[in-house]
Amino acid sequence: MGRRAGAPEVNAGSMADIAFLLLIFFLVTTTIETDAGLDRMLPPIEPPENDVVIKQKNIFQVNINKNGQLLADGELIELKDLRGKAMAFLENNGDGSCTYCSLGKKDASSSDNPSKAIISLKNDRETKYGTYITVQNELVGAYNELRNRESERLYKRTFTSMELEYAKQETSASVKEELKDKITRIQEMFPQKLSEAETSSSN
Amino acid sequence: MSKFSKKKSGELPAVSTASLPDIVFMLLFFFMTVTVMKDNSVKVENILPNASEIKKLEKKDRVITIFVGAPTKEYSRVFGTEPKIQLNDKFANPSDVGDFILMERAKKPQEVQNFLTTSLKVDKNANMGLISDIKQELRKVNALKVNYTTYEGDAFNNVQ
Repeated sequence: MGRRAGAPEVNAGSMADIAFLLLIFFLVTTTIETDAGLDRMLPPIEPPENDVVIKQKNIFQVNINKNGQLLADGELIELKDLRGKAMAFLENNGDGSCTYCSLGKKDASSSDNPSKAIISLKNDRETKYGTYITVQNELVGAYNELRNRESERLYKRTFTSMELEYAKQETSASVKEELKDKITRIQEMFPQKLSEAETSSSN
Repeated sequence: MSKFSKKKSGELPAVSTASLPDIVFMLLFFFMTVTVMKDNSVKVENILPNASEIKKLEKKDRVITIFVGAPTKEYSRVFGTEPKIQLNDKFANPSDVGDFILMERAKKPQEVQNFLTTSLKVDKNANMGLISDIKQELRKVNALKVNYTTYEGDAFNNVQ
C-alpha cells in the first residue's frame, strides 16, 4: 500500500498480550480489602474502682447465652426488641434532671440520667460471634439513634454524618475544629458507657 | 474505478488492534489503584458477620489484623476443626497474641505507635471464648483500640 509514507505500523496485537499478563498478575496477588467495622475501646487492665457506688437501676444488664438467647435486665427478649429497650433505658430520665429526654418514661426502676446509665454486656464462651456482633450493633445503634435525634434537633444534621466527615482526611482543619466541638457536645449528652463483663462458661 | 483499491468482494477491512491494549491498560490501572497487595493468605474460614453501625478503617498503616476462624479444608486435617487464631500466615495460640502485637507495634514508625487499631476479622461462627481470650491479651499489652471488622449489611442476618 503506497498510502503511508514512513515506517509500516507496528502490529499492536502483542501489546494486548503483555497488558493481559500484567492484569492477571494484579488480579491474583491483590485483594479489595474490607475495611469497616464496629469500633470499640477495651477497658484498660487496672484494679477496679470499687469506691464508686452505682445504683442497680442505672445498670442495664444484657446477657447472651450459648444458644444466642438474649436476656435484658432479667427478661427474655427478642433481638429486634433490644434497640428499643436500650433506648428506653438510656433516655428514661428517672430523676428528671435531663432536659433533652422528653420521651423518657421516668420509670423509677430504670436509669436516672443518660450520663449515669451503664449498659453491661455478658456472654457465654460458647456464644456465636455473629450473635455477639448483632447485639453490639444494636446497642451501638441505640446510642447512635439517640445521638442522631439530638443532633438533628440542634444542628440539623445527623451525628453519624458529622463523625464521618470528621474522620475523612480531606476535610480542612477549621471545619474539623467546629465539628469536634459539636461532636463532643453530643457525645456528652449520651456518653457511650458500654462495659463487658468476663465471659462465663455454663455447662 | 482506479480510485478504489483492488478489494475482493466480501472482504471486510481488518480491524485495527491498536486500541486493544488501551482498554486492557485501563482495567489494569483500575486494579492497581483500587486494590492492595495481599500480605497474608487467609488460612481460616473467614465469613465476616454483617453490621450496620460501622466506621471505616481509614489509615491502613495503623491497622494490625488478626484472623480467627475454623481452618480451611486443606489445613483442617492437621489443625482440626475448632476455630483458631491466625497471625501473619501462621496459626497461633491466644498467648502469642501479646508478643505479636508488640512486634508489630515496634515495626511501625514512632508517631503512629500510640494510634494503632487492632482489626479483628473473625468468622461469624467462631465462639466467644476464644475472642475473650484475645481481648484479655490485648488489654495486657495496652492495645485498647479494637475494630470488629464486618461487612456492611443488616445485622439480623447473622442470627439465621
